[in-house]
Amino acid sequence: MSLSFQDLILTLHHYWSAQGCVILQPYDMEMGAGTFHPATVLRALGPDAWKAAYVQPCRRPTDGRYGENPNRLGHYYQYQVVLKPSPQKLQDLYLGSLVEIGIDPLKHDIRFVEDDWESPTLGAWGLGWEVWCDGMEVTQFTYFQQVGGFECRPVTGELTYGLERLAMYIQGVDNVFDLKFNDEGVTYRDVFLENEVEMSTYNFEVADTETLFDSFRKAAAECERCLEAKLPIPAYEQAIKASHMFNTLQARGVISVAERQAYIGRVRDLAKAACAEWIDVKGYAA
Amino acid sequence: MADFLLELLCEEIPARMQAKARNDLARLFAEGVAAAGLETGAIDTHSTPRRLVLIAREVADATEAAREEIKGPRSAAPPQALEGFLRKTGLTREQLEERDGVLFAILERPGRPAADVIAEAIRQIVADFPWPKSMRWGSGSLRWVRPLQGIVAILGDEIVPIEVDGIRSSATTVGHRFHHPGPITIGGADDYIEKLRACHVIVDQDERERLIREGAQAAAKEAGLILLEDEALVVENAGLTEWPMPLLGRFDPDFLDVPREVIVLTMRTNQKYFACLDENADLAAAFVCVANVAASDGGAAIVEGNRRVLAARLADARFFWEQDLKVPLEEQAKKLDQIVFHEKLGTVADKVERVAKLARWLVESGVVAGVDLSQVERSARLAKADLVTGMVGEFPELQGIIGGHLARAQGESNTVADAIRDHYGAPTAPVSVAVSLADKLDTICAFFGIDQKPTGSKDPFALRRAAISSIEIIVRNGLRLSLTEVARGALANRAGQVRESDAAHGLDKTAPEILEFFADRLKVQQRDAGVRHDLIDAVFSLGGEDDFVRLLARVSALQSFVETEDGADLLTAYKRAANILKKENWSGPQVLSSPASQGIPQTGEEDPLVLVDDPILKDAVAEIASGQAGADLPEEKALIAALDLAEPKAAAAVDAEDFTGAMAALASLRRPIDDFFDHVTVNDADPAKRERRLNLLTRFRDAVNRVADFSKIEG
Repeated sequence: MSLSFQDLILTLHHYWSAQGCVILQPYDMEMGAGTFHPATVLRALGPDAWKAAYVQPCRRPTDGRYGENPNRLGHYYQYQVVLKPSPQKLQDLYLGSLVEIGIDPLKHDIRFVEDDWESPTLGAWGLGWEVWCDGMEVTQFTYFQQVGGFECRPVTGELTYGLERLAMYIQGVDNVFDLKFNDEGVTYRDVFLENEVEMSTYNFEVADTETLFDSFRKAAAECERCLEAKLPIPAYEQAIKASHMFNTLQARGVISVAERQAYIGRVRDLAKAACAEWIDVKGYAA
Repeated sequence: MADFLLELLCEEIPARMQAKARNDLARLFAEGVAAAGLETGAIDTHSTPRRLVLIAREVADATEAAREEIKGPRSAAPPQALEGFLRKTGLTREQLEERDGVLFAILERPGRPAADVIAEAIRQIVADFPWPKSMRWGSGSLRWVRPLQGIVAILGDEIVPIEVDGIRSSATTVGHRFHHPGPITIGGADDYIEKLRACHVIVDQDERERLIREGAQAAAKEAGLILLEDEALVVENAGLTEWPMPLLGRFDPDFLDVPREVIVLTMRTNQKYFACLDENADLAAAFVCVANVAASDGGAAIVEGNRRVLAARLADARFFWEQDLKVPLEEQAKKLDQIVFHEKLGTVADKVERVAKLARWLVESGVVAGVDLSQVERSARLAKADLVTGMVGEFPELQGIIGGHLARAQGESNTVADAIRDHYGAPTAPVSVAVSLADKLDTICAFFGIDQKPTGSKDPFALRRAAISSIEIIVRNGLRLSLTEVARGALANRAGQVRESDAAHGLDKTAPEILEFFADRLKVQQRDAGVRHDLIDAVFSLGGEDDFVRLLARVSALQSFVETEDGADLLTAYKRAANILKKENWSGPQVLSSPASQGIPQTGEEDPLVLVDDPILKDAVAEIASGQAGADLPEEKALIAALDLAEPKAAAAVDAEDFTGAMAALASLRRPIDDFFDHVTVNDADPAKRERRLNLLTRFRDAVNRVADFSKIEG
């Protein structure tokens, strides 16, 4: 029997725990990707070794479809693994995790297809692949080269599994809401459909743009105050907050193409400054 | 002599980088060993997603030993000289040879073993490899396209010891990632390819490409279909697989409602699938994917997985298509005022306005003939409307194509739908031509107007491509237009929108820049068509030519002419005449006090008649200029007579755009000019004769130059 959604997560937890990873819980803030978690961004900086795995809920307001699209969600989960320095056998370790969740590489077609990763809001980039399983992208596999505008030395290897996609694949369902969440008959629909409908309505129709703009400005200002106080972690949290406000404003369609670059630039400046402060506070620059 | 094998094993190399990497590897290796003086036979390279392989045949055992003799000071020279020499050569006094009182240093350079040379070359290659993008990994500092995992380097049957950033060469590699993950020991260049084949790796990309090409065709054929061939996709898939297995799958035929281009593009770009056609050449509800594994179930699970991925993508595409169908393009076009074309050039709606105006002008002025103005207007107004559709949002490369489909489905005429579809390319249907040319010229002129010209390798707005495409449209459709006039029109359109005067908008400065830009593009474009750039220069430098159809007719006649014996010979005579005139610093008939005689430096290019505007003097001067006055030798007279005939003939032919006729008129000068050079001494002792003959040569040169500036022609 194929893994339920929650068993998929538990299996990955066990697997990566056995590889020496710290198993963390999701960061308690709204963010667009698991990469934003400080356990990835801040820990990728400096010389210290680090291994962690965690699930991160991701909110992408513009991807919401009121629960009507079988493949798109405004809120979904990523499974994130970071290993620093990236081990020599990282690909093999990763493939081991696929076998663990029931994907037989001699029966399925697993491929590493070029996909360079870049996050303009984090001032980060890396090289790697999207991993395909029978033509479906199931994981983003990246060797970080820069974060917050700083060179990563040593390099962090980052694996980002798209949990819903992977589960749909393993369970053989065509609609994300048909996923069995556990083995007791609870489906993804039971857990999340109402959330998708309400959050789509909120993000696209209801969210008060003035409040959002205001929150963006306040988060930015607060970030700067934290930087002055030499507190990189709270500063970084405010950058994450500003980033999410920007994403929601995008969904409300109130940011023009011309302004878009300026907002991204603003978030990047905040994130970079927080990274710089982190490096400073940790004494990595010396 | 022995064969050498190199395998650089790494994590998956992007498919698009592999061909260049093979070439770079072969080149760098050949250069590296040649620089050290090591001889090798043929060098072959191969690549898979995980390896770069080089096999060099018949590598010499060592470089040749060399003996060099350096002459030093005399043995009687002061000791400082000797010391200096010893320092320079690194020898001692006893090691020098003395011959006839002179000291010599004999430097013996023993041959270096091949393995040393190769090891050094490989270290250098790995350190400097020109990957388009490279990265670091782990704690190392080496850069490679993706983490480098191993080096196999075997010369004959010996490992060539190499160490790069902690990676040591060995005879061990791995096979297929899943079929044969364990280590394989390689004997050398001779067993490498077959050993890997036994471990499910086909090392040679050409062989994999063949397997994919033939396998995909066979899979389609077996299903009663025809493969839509796509060589780029063959190469890409060969770069993604070590053991390619083409598999055919089917998708729900309901999706075929979606425009064919969308389905093919989704399959091709997103999934790297081949499309299939049925017996009517319609798109079939099938795909061929290329797996990298000989699956234990024969590929059933792989096909099913791929089918589901494709279904999800096509469902997305269909959703957008159905949404877009509901909104008339005319409605969509209204939203174009929300899209910034460029911050200094207004919105796309502004651009549409300019394009419509310019397209109308092209028709009204007769450049594009025989079209219904209202259809041109309609096409121009709708051409950009698909930019706000969901479909183009998802598939930007389908701009135009989507608009064409929507227009047709929404009841626009085929002429309008075709114009929308084709206006990004180089069309031939008149309405499409008017819209397409107007669009491109507007883009080019608008960006030149705000001083955003391409420079060096930078061309962010793809103006060069737009210019090449415009030239194609003009030439292929034989459009007669003055480019300067159109450019001024396009610039004035934009000036009007920002309520600037033409002068403030820099019209006089910008229009000539645009013509020059087009002239450069024309040379590039025509070079590819086999037209010599020097001949284009020869016509351009006559000045004032901005009708490319006429210009190319002239160039083409010129090219035919200079390739004939008459033409080649006349060119030689022309150059001889021009050289004599240059050497004599002859600036034409000396009647009046010329700037030269007043001491003003002359370049020799001046119009000899520039000072002659007195009507009374005109005839006299003309006679002198013709070189006629007092001609005594028959060859002089013959040349004069020939020029008298040829000049008006050539002029009339040029006016009538009969450039072949103009060349024929020039050809008639060949014999007389050759005879002139054979029998007439230009530098006669008699200054009057000398002057007359130089004037005659000037006349000959100028007559030729009026057809084309022969001084620009090479050879």
